[in-house]
Parts: sequence; C-alpha cells; structure tokens
Amino acid sequence: MSEPLLSVDGLAKHFAVHRGVLFQNKIGSVRAVDGLSFEVAEGETLALVGESGCGKSTTGRMILRLMEASAGSIRFAGKDVRSLDRRALRDLRRDIQIIFQDPYASLNPRLTVGETLAEPLRLHGLASGPKLRQRIDSLLAEVGLSPWHALRYPHEFSGGQRQRIGIARALASEPKLIVCDEPVSALDVSIQAQVINLLQDLKEKRGLSYIFIAHDLAVVRHISDRVAVMYLGKIVELSPKRQLFAMPRHPYTQALLSAVPVPDPSAQRARIRLTGDIPSPLNPPSGCRFHTRCAYAKDRCKVEEPALRPIGQEGEKVACHFAETIVPPTLVPENEPPYAARLAALRKFRPATA
Amino acid sequence: MTPLLEVDSLRTEFRSGGNTFAAVDGVSFTLAPGETLGIVGESGCGKSVTSLSIMRLVPNPPGHITGGAVRFQGRNLLNLPEAEMRTLRGGAISMIFQEPMTSLNPVQTIGAQIIEGILLHRAVGPAEARARALEMLQLVRIPSPETRLDEYPHQLSGGMRQRVMIAMALACDPKVLIADEPTTALDVTIQAQILDLLRDLRERTGTAIMLITHDLGVVAELAHRVIVMYSGRIVEEAPVDLLFADPQHPYTLGLLGSIPRLGSDGDERLTAIEGTVPNPFALPAGCRFSPRCPLADSRCRSEAPPLQEIGKGHRTACWKAPLDQTLAGAAAA
Repeated sequence: MSEPLLSVDGLAKHFAVHRGVLFQNKIGSVRAVDGLSFEVAEGETLALVGESGCGKSTTGRMILRLMEASAGSIRFAGKDVRSLDRRALRDLRRDIQIIFQDPYASLNPRLTVGETLAEPLRLHGLASGPKLRQRIDSLLAEVGLSPWHALRYPHEFSGGQRQRIGIARALASEPKLIVCDEPVSALDVSIQAQVINLLQDLKEKRGLSYIFIAHDLAVVRHISDRVAVMYLGKIVELSPKRQLFAMPRHPYTQALLSAVPVPDPSAQRARIRLTGDIPSPLNPPSGCRFHTRCAYAKDRCKVEEPALRPIGQEGEKVACHFAETIVPPTLVPENEPPYAARLAALRKFRPATA
Repeated sequence: MTPLLEVDSLRTEFRSGGNTFAAVDGVSFTLAPGETLGIVGESGCGKSVTSLSIMRLVPNPPGHITGGAVRFQGRNLLNLPEAEMRTLRGGAISMIFQEPMTSLNPVQTIGAQIIEGILLHRAVGPAEARARALEMLQLVRIPSPETRLDEYPHQLSGGMRQRVMIAMALACDPKVLIADEPTTALDVTIQAQILDLLRDLRERTGTAIMLITHDLGVVAELAHRVIVMYSGRIVEEAPVDLLFADPQHPYTLGLLGSIPRLGSDGDERLTAIEGTVPNPFALPAGCRFSPRCPLADSRCRSEAPPLQEIGKGHRTACWKAPLDQTLAGAAAA
C-alpha cells in the first residue's frame, strides 16, 4: 500500500490555564487533544465526530498549523508539517484548505466575491491577467454560482450561497485535502442537502480528500468513508463507516447513535441514555475517560487507560477493555422509510419538467 | 374535544424600509389539552413568529399582528389588556427558548429567577416559593438541587441551563408550554436527555406542548401532530405517523428527502430541494413553493392552493395532491 496522504501520530494540544491577573500562576492544563493517531488516504473522507469540547475542531486546526500542536507528528505527502518554515507553510496551505461552519464570519465583508477568490489565485501564482477572470468564473460555476456573482459582496448572499463561496475559495488553490469544519451545521436542511451533494460531486471530480468534522452522525454516515469518534480529546473508535454504524463497538459510540432522533415515528430501536454531562477536560477522569458515564464500566476501567487497538476484520479499532463482550443492540433502523417509493418517483419526475 | 388554544387566520406583518411583508400569513390551527403539536419549517418560514404572536411578544415596531384571533380557553388573547396578558405569560402559557444562556439573567441566582415567577403568579410566601423552586429542580432532575438553587447561570452546563428553563416554565403549572427549538443548541446526548425529560413531564403534568423545531427527527420523537410551514403559510398538517408514512406536499417530501438518514449508506444522492426560500418582499404568485417544486404547472404558479382535508386530520395545500396519482400519471405519460 502506498503512503497515506496525511498521517497523524500522537497529536496533542494542551492549553495552559492561569489564575490571577498580574502574577499569573499556571493552575493546570486542558488536554483538548491528547494523543491522536490516524491516517487519511488519497481520495478518502475521514470524519471526526464528537460532542462539543471533544477536540475535533482543534485537531483540524493543528493539521493546517492554524494552531501549533503541543506534541506529536503530522506528515502530509511526505513532509513533516510541524517543522515547516514560513515559505514551506504557504505551500502546505495551498495543498490543504479549510471550510468553516459560519461562512459569513469567514468571508471578508469588504471584498467582493471575485476579490476573495482572486486572493489565493494571485498569492500562489496560479492565475493573473485575463486568466484570473476565467479561473474565477469557472470556480463559481463549479460550486453552482454564476459569473455575475463575482461582483457582489458576502452580505448579498444567503447562508447556503455563502458556504458555496467558502468552498470555491478553498478550491481556488487546487488543494489535495480540505478540512471541512462543520460545513453544513448552520444551514437549513434543504440547503444542507445541496451543499452535501456539492461536496460529494467535487470529491469525485477532483479526487479530493476530506477531513469532515461534524457532530451530526447521519450526515457523517452519508459522506464519509471512515469515522473516528472522539471523546474528551481521544479517539474511542475508528472504523470504516459500514462497520461503525452496523456494529458500534464502543459504549460511547453506541450511546451517541442511540441519541440521534430518527425521522420515523415507527422506528423500533434501543434507547441508551447517558446520564450527566461530559466531565471537565481540565480534570478528566482517570483510566478510561468515559468510565464515569459508561454502563459497562468495571474497576479496571477506572485505573487503566484502554489503548486504541484493532478489532474485527475490516480495520476497525476501538479503545475499550471490554469491546469483545459488549453486544450492541439495534441502534440504527435499517428499514426503508415509508415514503421512499414516493420520493423515488419525485426524483424521476424532475427531468421531465426541466 | 374543545381545543385549549385556537389560532385562527393569524396574520403578523413586519415593516422594513417602506415595505411590509407578512411573516405569518393566515395561519390556523388548534391545540388540544395534553397534546404535543410540532411546528416544522426552515428559517424564515414563520414558525417562531407564530409562537411570539400567540404570546404577544412580537417586537413592535417593526412587527404587528394585523389579523386573526388567538383564542385561549375561549378568550381572544389579541384583545386582552396588557396587564391581563402579563398574568397569562409564565402562568397559564409559558415558553422556553433555544439559547438558555441568553434567556437567563446572568447576575441573578437560578433560585431567585424561578422564585420571581412563582411569587408573581401565585399567592404564596417566599419560603413556600423557594420550596416550590426546589421541587421544580428535582422534577427536571438536576443533581444536588439545594446547592444549584444558589448558583448562577454561568456555573451550569448548557443542558443544565435548559433544565432550569424548563423548571421555570413549568413552575406555575402552565396549560400550554411553547418550546421554541428547545434542544437545537445542545449536544445530541444531552438533547436525548431533554427530550426524555419533556416526554416524561408532559405525562405527569398534562401540559400541552407547542414544539417549534427545524428537526424532523425531534418531531418524530415527541409530537402527536405536525404542522409544516413554508414562507408564512401552513402547507401540510397531519398526525405524526401519517406525516412520515404518507407525506402529501412536495415540500414535506423534499424535506424528508433532504435529511441524510442514519440507516442509509449514502450511496444514493440526497434529494435536495433546488433553489432557496423566496424573498418575502417578492413572493411568487400562486403556490409559494412552486418555483422550487418539480411538479408545479401553470395553475400552481397563478393560484394559491387552499389547505384542504385529504384524510382524517390530514390537510395539505397542494393542487397535485394526492401525490401518488400525479406521480403515477407522469410515469404513464
């Protein structure tokens, strides 16, 4: 097998916590990300899933060096990302781009869309003069916007269109990998579907890899190839999506799946309810970080931290001492929704009227 | 059964610049005692303005209610003097919002805020009110409620704050609880806890709930009946099972097709609804969904379809309903 596009090993980010204003004393550190290891192959989508504060966004930012890691290594296409100098870093950011959750906050309100897209093209010497205009037009077309949109400002667009602009800007430098940080969570469902379809089309057309950071498991199942589930700065399970959704091995993954409301009132599935809140990352529980909320926790879980270890035949990995003995109940209804036939008919109807 | 709350041809307009548009345009529905009614739709469909209109909390200016009636236990709330309205709010009708941090007072303790409402609506003394506040925190399952009572909102997690909001809303035994996106800001495992809590509380208290949400999953979990809104109007109304089994408006069907499903591998594309919600100042003639509807024809583009009964408790505003006939007809042609 060839070398993966991106490989991350033992990645960590610790934020120091101070008390006092004049004489600051370090009173501890938040281990936002604590020893992550994963790989992303060319053309692959890896999802990072978890709840607020699990470290998924911090991980995305460290890969682009928008935030410096505290420990660990990041290798991208054979280069050691953490030791790059400024020049090399600029080249790296040509190859790795990012799309943010809030497209409005991440676009400069005083630049027209055309100017926003021209910036990366000029910076990386990709286009100039009359070519520049052509490139901008084709980028806009690629994300489903029109050439005349180039003259408009971000406030003139709807949320979905702004996210398309964010995607066009990311595509401008012709990256190999795009970190998508909750790209659809701020959008209405009908618009969300448009953007998900767009991301999938672009991936196919350009052979892109994505790191897809999200909290919505249904979206993740739709778009990713492999899924890493995070809890308090650690990966608790990392598996191909088919295996992860069919047979979630970690009790946290099971609880997470069980908690997703399913748009089918007739769905029969098991209810696993976690009690309490996520513990503070300032003072995470000893041993397995999930043991305070885990229904299967035993004494061993309180003292010994489980390593992320292989299990199963398809490259599944889980960080749980008792994964072999925990049988997952039915968490994901696999039945076709009752409206499926009608939806299929509606889908076929479309070209007839177009 | 007589409805507890009846909204009749409600129309709420907003003024912006020199223009006026109706955020809620002739919406009618009822809420029975003990019932949970889900109101679903995307941003700008008028679902939140509908609930604010019921409470008479629409910011004026720029908004004002220009037509219709809101009858609660037989009285039209739109004609009540403000003083009487004030006794209703937080008393017989109460409300919880999406963002519990911005709806709680940051410089008052949790206890003081719950007690304030109880003292306002009930003829009880401070000690009794405090006991009631404590009882409410226990009811919403907040751990160590005694100490929490004297804490400030910032000391609580998001899920805990939403529990406090619910405790506050239920403290005076409301007949109607309006929950506007109560779980949207929460993580999914916390959302599940809050949904369980609401389900449990409505069994115990018999409170009718108006659940406003954009999430069809949440509706499927909690609602008995569902209203789908689009661009200020109701496009479909049905008992929850029927809405998911037999959606009869192309917009409802489109929404269902837009949601990535947990049980599918995503090998098929999502059926996205093309285009965007119409500009409220330049609404299309006829059916407001027609510019985005694959089934639309010239009639749809000129004549607004009325909300018509097509089954028991099932109403839809579509010229093409029942959809199966239309779709089968097209396949045959």
